[in-house]
Amino acid sequence: MNTEGIVTAAYIAATILFILALGGLSNQETARRGNWYGIVGMGIALVATILGVVERHYEILLIALVIGGSIGLVLARRVQMTQMPELVAILHSLVGLAAVAVGFANFMDPSVHFEGVELTIHDIETYLGILIGAVTFSGSVIAFGKLSGRIGGKPLLLPARHWLNLGLLIAAIWFGREFVVQSAAGDGMTPLIIMTVVALLFGIHMVMAIGGADMPVVVSMLNSYSGWAASATGFMLSNDLLIVTGALVGSSGAILSYIMCRAMNRKFLNVIAGGFGTGGGTAAAGGDEDGEIVAVDASETAEMLVNAKEVMIIPGYGMAVAQAQHTVFEITKTLREKGVNVRFGIHPVAGRMPGHMNVLLAEAKVPYDIVFEMDEINDDFPDVDVSVVIGANDIVNPSAQEVPDSPIAGMPVLECWKGKTTIVLKRSMATGYAGVQNPLFFKENTRMLFGDAKDSLDEVLKAL
Amino acid sequence: MKIGVPKEIHAGERRVATTPEVAQKLIKLGFSVMVESGAGDASSYSDKAFTDAGCNIAASAGDVWSGADIILKVRGPESGEADGLRADQTLISFLWPGQNTELLETLTKTGATVMAMDSVPRISRAQKMDALSSMANIGGYRAVVEAAQHFGRFFTGQITAAGKVPPAKVLVIGAGVAGLAAIGAAKSMGAIVRAFDTRPEVKEQVESMDAEFLMLDFEEDEDGSGEGGYAKVMSEEFIKAEMALFAEQAKEVDIIITTALIPGKPAPRLITAEMVESMRDGSVIVDLAAEQGGNCELTEPNQVVVKNGVSIIGYTDLPSRLAAQSSQLYATNLRHLLTDLTPEKDGNIVVDMEDEVIRGATVCKDGETTWPPPAPKLSAAPPKAEPAPPPVVEEEKPSVFGPIAAMAIGGLALFGLGAVAPPSFMAHFTVFVLACFVGYMVIWNVTPALHTPLMSVTNAISSIIVIGALLQISSTDKLIMWIAAFTILITSINIAGGFAVTRRMLDMFRK
Repeated sequence: MNTEGIVTAAYIAATILFILALGGLSNQETARRGNWYGIVGMGIALVATILGVVERHYEILLIALVIGGSIGLVLARRVQMTQMPELVAILHSLVGLAAVAVGFANFMDPSVHFEGVELTIHDIETYLGILIGAVTFSGSVIAFGKLSGRIGGKPLLLPARHWLNLGLLIAAIWFGREFVVQSAAGDGMTPLIIMTVVALLFGIHMVMAIGGADMPVVVSMLNSYSGWAASATGFMLSNDLLIVTGALVGSSGAILSYIMCRAMNRKFLNVIAGGFGTGGGTAAAGGDEDGEIVAVDASETAEMLVNAKEVMIIPGYGMAVAQAQHTVFEITKTLREKGVNVRFGIHPVAGRMPGHMNVLLAEAKVPYDIVFEMDEINDDFPDVDVSVVIGANDIVNPSAQEVPDSPIAGMPVLECWKGKTTIVLKRSMATGYAGVQNPLFFKENTRMLFGDAKDSLDEVLKAL
Repeated sequence: MKIGVPKEIHAGERRVATTPEVAQKLIKLGFSVMVESGAGDASSYSDKAFTDAGCNIAASAGDVWSGADIILKVRGPESGEADGLRADQTLISFLWPGQNTELLETLTKTGATVMAMDSVPRISRAQKMDALSSMANIGGYRAVVEAAQHFGRFFTGQITAAGKVPPAKVLVIGAGVAGLAAIGAAKSMGAIVRAFDTRPEVKEQVESMDAEFLMLDFEEDEDGSGEGGYAKVMSEEFIKAEMALFAEQAKEVDIIITTALIPGKPAPRLITAEMVESMRDGSVIVDLAAEQGGNCELTEPNQVVVKNGVSIIGYTDLPSRLAAQSSQLYATNLRHLLTDLTPEKDGNIVVDMEDEVIRGATVCKDGETTWPPPAPKLSAAPPKAEPAPPPVVEEEKPSVFGPIAAMAIGGLALFGLGAVAPPSFMAHFTVFVLACFVGYMVIWNVTPALHTPLMSVTNAISSIIVIGALLQISSTDKLIMWIAAFTILITSINIAGGFAVTRRMLDMFRK
């Protein structure tokens, strides 16, 4: 029997299943089936490889699989939905680490032999796989640290950081050349290790320089990198399944990054280069900063909500921090029973990860057919009686449209101020991540409800 | 400090300067509150409600005036009420220091701090303590209720089995706070509402309430906006044109509500006796300016008179006729002022004369008259700033050369690669490029709501890198084998974790 042919056939099946898995995510109904396609695809690929290619050390293999699998399942069960960004980040780092390990192992493997151009190409593939893997690894670890609060969210802006990046890049390229040259002579370990260290440093520095609000871009970018790392490894091993899967994941992450950047009206390079407002623009701009704010208390808020016909809830990262999504759902339920039309408006970059708010609301059992994207509901605001902004700031900042020299000018925002009343839940008058004052708070039809979002909402619920 | 609220002694005054609800909030600010027995009776706030809110009840007005540090009133002190006022006391009420110079002098001599709610500057920061607006709002509403009382027909038009009823036509003159409230009330009762004002900037507000704004056929553009958002005296020609308009309207409308006031001046005469005569029998005029002499020639203050079949209502106590509501709003205005006066929230007031609002409201302090205050810095309706021209969006024409150049470079690079690379590499490369395109097409279809599951599932899928480790684990080299085992371990965390967490998330999405 032609084992190799069967394994290849299995890989083709796995590829198709992976594509179907991603395709299934186009809407909520087919998404669960899509996930099963993915699981089956992965299962087929694993079984085919284990049975068809692996020759010995089965016991170690199985033990590793079982231990790893159990850890993964426990992690998946334990994780809070608000911690999803952290989990995704740390899982990315594992892919990066795996790419580095496979690359090194492959390089050390004496059974792999190439000559001439093939050797050069193979070395470049190895090199790229390790490079991307290392950047993914260290970047994801830092992103994990930032998302879980172990490392401060403020961007670390070293002096001359662009030069530093350039220097690291040049170093990486130079050691890459060294590696190819030395590898041809049967050596090359030293430059490979040095290059790996350089790549690790680059990953750390890159993510350290990125501020908290840009985290969705970073997470999706690292998602993309982990795909490219798998793809490069696929080239190295001449394995089409890895190449295809890596490319799928890579383009998925790239598209997500693009969507996130567009939602913030920023250039991808600008985000990656780090810091906010580096492209000029006055950070202090923002209309009537010394205006008067009007505070309300929970019972008044409840009254306004009950008397409204159309309510729009705009959640932001603050809702995730305060773990307020369940209370939000209770309030939604109560209001809907009273005949108030409650909807949710989600900005693409709300939260720390693409789709973060949707997941939180889904966890709290908010039906997804009342959760809308920014583009779907932005025109409805004039008919909205009460908008409730929970722990969001920059995504509802009118200066994005009104102040041309604001750092966030041109960023699409939820136009809640066009509604009749806006209630903003906020801990203090601090500015958002962009460091821009929000004229929304001083608008005549805006009321501020200060305090922890969860506590305030609990009181509102009680008052209902 | 102790706040005292005496019963209002002015004849017919039903309001009270605080309500149980507001008193509770004052107590939270650190004050103790003492209310004269029966002070809230006329506005349906019983002594018991005050006691329940934590207030003390004082038996007589004298106890309040002597025992309190801060005295809250609605009307200014009259007939010896404030005789016992001491220098260490603070009095807050309506005062009209412009009209009541004698009273102001007497109060100054006592050395007490006196704040007039009518002198709170009309700047946006002080809106929450603007008692004049609160009262005007109620007055406007009540004016419509009074009109309905004396008007013998429906406001709203109806088609009934017994025939067609035309809607009432209401003309509101002066679209200030009271005018707008009247427009709103009349509109919600179903009447056709027209409004006139000398200040063109209120046109938008009137139209936002779904009423018709009457334009004056007048050649020169004359803006009637005076200082502080009030109207000013207009030119003679303007008034002539205005009167012509009213004369014409009087023949048509059923109800006229006039709210025209110019600060510090007698109310302008807008409705003449002839106009009243031209109105249909059963029509109603409500004159909100009756206290300042009336907008209608035939108005008699505090009376309802019927002239030529037209009822002319000249009540000057409209807010007091809605006592519970006006007490509540007035008390809240007072509370906001007191909140500003007690920055430490410790029940001790600080009269900070540097604060524009407090400075404006204080009419005398330490034996010196501090009225009138320096001119306010800001008008309530600032001159409309030219709206910034919308940023000119230069539509960048996508250059035809851009994509062509990119394609050319890409093509050349491909050729270059093809020239040197071995065929096996090119085969893999083909697969790679095609996969990128497939990914591109598939991912754009993913709904944004599922972006997080997308990331976790792609994360699980990218662990396919485990294949690499599986290929290596059979190596006889111990080191490679262990590296491969380690890789399998971490990638399987990823596979299991990624798929499981995706499933968990997807299970949560429900309709």
